[in-house]
Formats: sequence, C-alpha cells, structure tokens
Amino acid sequence: MTAFICTRFAQSILVLFIMSLLVFVGVNLVGDPVEMLINPEADQAEVERVIRELGLDRPVTEQYWYFLVNAFKGDLGSSFIFGEPALKLIIQRMPATLELALFSLFISLIIAIPLGIYAGYNPDSKASKVIMAGSILGFSMPTFWVGIIFIMIFAVQLGWLPSTGRGEIGTFMGINSSLFTLNGLSHVFLPALNLALFKISSVIRLTRAGTREIILQDYITFARSKGISEKRVVLIHVLKNILIPIVTVVGLEFGSLIAFSTVTETVFAWPGMGKLIIDSIYNLDRPVIVAYLMIIVTFFVFLNLIVDIIYTFLDPRVRIKGDHQ
Amino acid sequence: MNPKLRKFIEFCKDFSSNKVALVAFFIFLLILFVAIFAPLVSPTDPYDLNTVSIMNSRLPPFSEDFSGNYFLLGTDGAGRDMVSAIFYGLRVSLGVGVLSGIFALIIGSFFGISAAFFGGRYESLIMRIVDIQLSFPSILVALIILAAFGKGVEKTIIALILVQWAYYARTARSSALVEINKEYVDAARCLAFGNTRIMFKHILPNCMAPLIVVGTLQTAHAISLEATLSFLGLGLPITEPSLGLLIGNGFEYMYSGDFWISIFPGVALLITVASINLVGDHLRDMFNPRLH
Repeated sequence: MTAFICTRFAQSILVLFIMSLLVFVGVNLVGDPVEMLINPEADQAEVERVIRELGLDRPVTEQYWYFLVNAFKGDLGSSFIFGEPALKLIIQRMPATLELALFSLFISLIIAIPLGIYAGYNPDSKASKVIMAGSILGFSMPTFWVGIIFIMIFAVQLGWLPSTGRGEIGTFMGINSSLFTLNGLSHVFLPALNLALFKISSVIRLTRAGTREIILQDYITFARSKGISEKRVVLIHVLKNILIPIVTVVGLEFGSLIAFSTVTETVFAWPGMGKLIIDSIYNLDRPVIVAYLMIIVTFFVFLNLIVDIIYTFLDPRVRIKGDHQ
Repeated sequence: MNPKLRKFIEFCKDFSSNKVALVAFFIFLLILFVAIFAPLVSPTDPYDLNTVSIMNSRLPPFSEDFSGNYFLLGTDGAGRDMVSAIFYGLRVSLGVGVLSGIFALIIGSFFGISAAFFGGRYESLIMRIVDIQLSFPSILVALIILAAFGKGVEKTIIALILVQWAYYARTARSSALVEINKEYVDAARCLAFGNTRIMFKHILPNCMAPLIVVGTLQTAHAISLEATLSFLGLGLPITEPSLGLLIGNGFEYMYSGDFWISIFPGVALLITVASINLVGDHLRDMFNPRLH
C-alpha cells in the first residue's frame, strides 16, 4: 500500500516535471522569448535590462533551472496587462470557476438521476427511448454552440436571464459567492446549465445502466415481496444503491468540468480562470499563460494522485496488484 | 461467389438492420460528398473577393440581393453566402478531423500492437503513458499544446493527434493481446517471419474491427474538439475557415438578433458529428460479441 502510494507520488512528480519542460520549451524555445516575455512597448535599454534580469543571456539548461526554482517559490512572473503577479491573478479568478463548476454539477445530478432511473426502470417505453436519444444528442452537441443558442433564446429573444458576467456576490457562513444572491443565481444559471449538458448525458447513461442491473437483484425482489410500495423501492432501495458508483464517478470527474469551463466561460463572459487564459492567449500575456498551465497541470496531477489513492481504498484488487509490482 | 464479397454483403445486411444508423450513414456520405466537392456544389465561392459584396452583409435567410443572387441561409458579416461558407467549412473541419484521426490511428496502433507483442518493460512504459494521458481531459491536453506553441493548421492537427493516439493505443493493445495467443501467430512464428511482418501483416488486420469503431467515434470527437478550439481562437487561423470559426464569427452578431450567422454552421456541425456518432454506436454494437 505504502509502496503503491510512493510509486504514484514519484510518477506525479515526474509528470509535473515533464509538463514544465514542455511548457518551458513551448514558450522559451519555439517562439522568440524576448518578444514573448518582454512588454512590446519597452525601449531598447529596457529590453536589454530585462534580458539580463530574466537570464535570457545564460545557457538554456540554466534558464530552465531558474524557471523551476522560481515556479517552486510561487513566482511565475507578472502579467503584462494587469501588472500584477500572474499567480495572484489566477487565484483571484479561481472562486468564480469553482462556483460555476459546482453549480453545474448540482444541476446535472438533479436532472440526470431521475431521468436515468426512469429510463432504466422502463427500458422499453417511448419516453425512455426519447431520453436515450437525447443523451446521444447531448454527446454530439458542441458545448459552445449550445451556449450561443441559450444566449439567443433566453437572453436575446425572451430576455429572461442575463447572458454575461457574474452577478452580485453574497456572503453566507463566511463564504463569498454569487450563489447566495438571487441576482447571482440568475447569472450563473445559463452558463452552469450549458456546462452541465455533457455531464447530464453521461450521468443519464450511468444511472440507467446501474438501475437496470439493480432491479434484477435479489434484495429488490425481496423488498417487493415484503409488500413495500413500488415508489419506496425506487426511492430508497434503487436510489441508494446507484448513488455509490455515480457519486464516485462524478466526483472524480469534477476536474473535467473545470477544464471544460474554459469554453463556457468564454461564451458567457464569466470572469473565471478559463476566461483569463483565453484572454491572455489573445493578448499574448505569456506570464499568465505559463502560470495557468503550470497551475492547472499541478491541479490535475494531484487530483489524479488522490483519485488513485482513494481507489486503492475502495477496490482492494488495485492495492494487491500495486504491492506486487 | 467470392467469400470476401459474400462476407461484405452479409456485413451490409447486418448494418442495415438498424434504420437509424443506415440513415445516419447516408447523411454522412452526403456530407462527405459536399465537403469533397465544395467548389463544385457551392452556389458561390465565398472567399473570392470579386463575387462577395459587402453590400450584402447580414442578409437574413431566403433573401435576394439587387443582382438576383438568392441566399437560402442568408449572408454573414462580410456578405458571404452562408450555404457556400458552410460547404467550404465542412471541407476544412472534416479534412482536419479525418487527417488527424488517420495519423492517430497509425501511431496509436503501432504503439499498442508493439506493446502487446514485446511486453515487459516496454509495454508497462507505453501503457503508463497512455494511462496518464487519458487521465487529463482531451480539451486540456489540446489547450496546453496550443497555448504553449501557438495556433496554426499543423499545430491543431498535432494537438488532435496527441489527444487521440492514446485511445487507439489502448484499443489496439487489448485486442492484440487476444490475437497473439492464437494459432496463426504461432504458425507465423514457426515460419520465422520477422516481428514487424507478424505484427502488421498478421495481427493488425485482425484488430481492425475495434479500431474502426474507436476511429469513427474519435473522428466525431476530433471534429467537435477542433470546432471548439477554433471558436476559442486557439485552433485554425482565419485563412482556414472551419465550422468552428464560422460559428465564432457569427457570435458577435448574436446580440443584434442575427441568429443565422452562427446557428446554421452549428447545425451543420451537429449533423456531421451526430451522424458519425450514430454510425459508430451501431458499429460498436455489431462488433460486440456479448450482444449476439
């Protein structure tokens, strides 16, 4: 067990190292680092000063070493546009992204679980076929385009909900979030629904498959033979048992919501990390790009590490295999 | 009758048993035809500056200009006919998607089959890399590559190949592992054929069925991903107007109610991706022995 965690930890560090190399090579060697890392409005003397300061006149290996050391210290450079440390900018935007991702996770579960149970419970009914066809459509629809349609219908034509930005921020139990005000909720609803769409499709499929398996189990037959109402069988016995795999999978896939929020945030002008990176790419704000990539890669590497460790607790087979290796 | 031909006819009959998949397949063929022959079937050349007039910009669907040109789906901000722009866009989108899919298939099956064939440390290394890569969402992998190296046609294709190869490698390895224990591989080894010949002439053809299934579904995914990246302004440059770029161009007119500029390219994208997905889904069911 300990050996397994140590191997995985070492592997995570290696992945992080390779990714930092990739980002470093991409930014510093493929393009012209002077042009990319120095404010284009700087004059010649300024350019030379910064080249010396950034160590661009030194050998490449030494430069990479300094990049790593500084990154480790949390110094990933300052944004050209905002003039603030890149790391600080990203951390400022993080709550908006997390808020969006959490709310869309909530929406996807609220919508998908009942539909999935229905489709699994009545697999041959017309409505189930419509639900399943809808889930294939949900897989095929490009997220950003659906977002545009949402804006067109709900914001431009009907004028029900605002289409851009984050709403008023409220405080509840010491947490600042726009989820605590009505205005904030009206702003978060469309982007969160848009981000949830893909998840809704996959959770419907997962729930349906789980339900179909569970209703054949002996304990369901037993519950029915005890004379428990069908409603109670579904709501208590089926629901409880399918929740375990769903919560595991959905919880572990939370990272993909953060990654896909880049698209949704751009469409809905949601001021999160995803919009920041896209804006920075437009503005060639290299320090922010590098900082974002390093942060998101670190986030994913450690998320995966935690997932691996949780799995060893949940599934003993992984643990045994790991100890033998 | 030639046994190969008979097998093919049987396959066609089997495939047509699902009407939805059959219709999806014909729709895909039609889209493919339009994409390949876009210059011939388009009403106008949307990128010929002599025929495009800014006077016609943002005409709604079913409108006509002063010289009698008819615009079935309206025009975009530069006065281009949307039908023609979509046809040319399909060409770019499908081209990038299919090209990257083919390269990813070649690279992925090479590593997958060789991993299964040689085993040992080489296999662990390859599969470890595959596992690590699959633990990152595809859009993130593409975003990292395009953000670090900049946008462009070849960079987008490289990003899409890197996103996809791992799926092919995993599929190729798992089916190659089954094939390697079969007698024909032993027979080929007894004949002292080279490793390369056994891997790619004997094992590969027998792994094709699952690879084709993954290939169709992955191509749909690649087309959709390319559209997303191009919409974000990270993928293809403006000189290669794919469907994603067309949708992105129309996005700015959305708030003034000119819906057709970004809606119709999106519909074209949706139909393309959905038809490929439906065909792929049915192929997967057909090749899945558990369902027979």
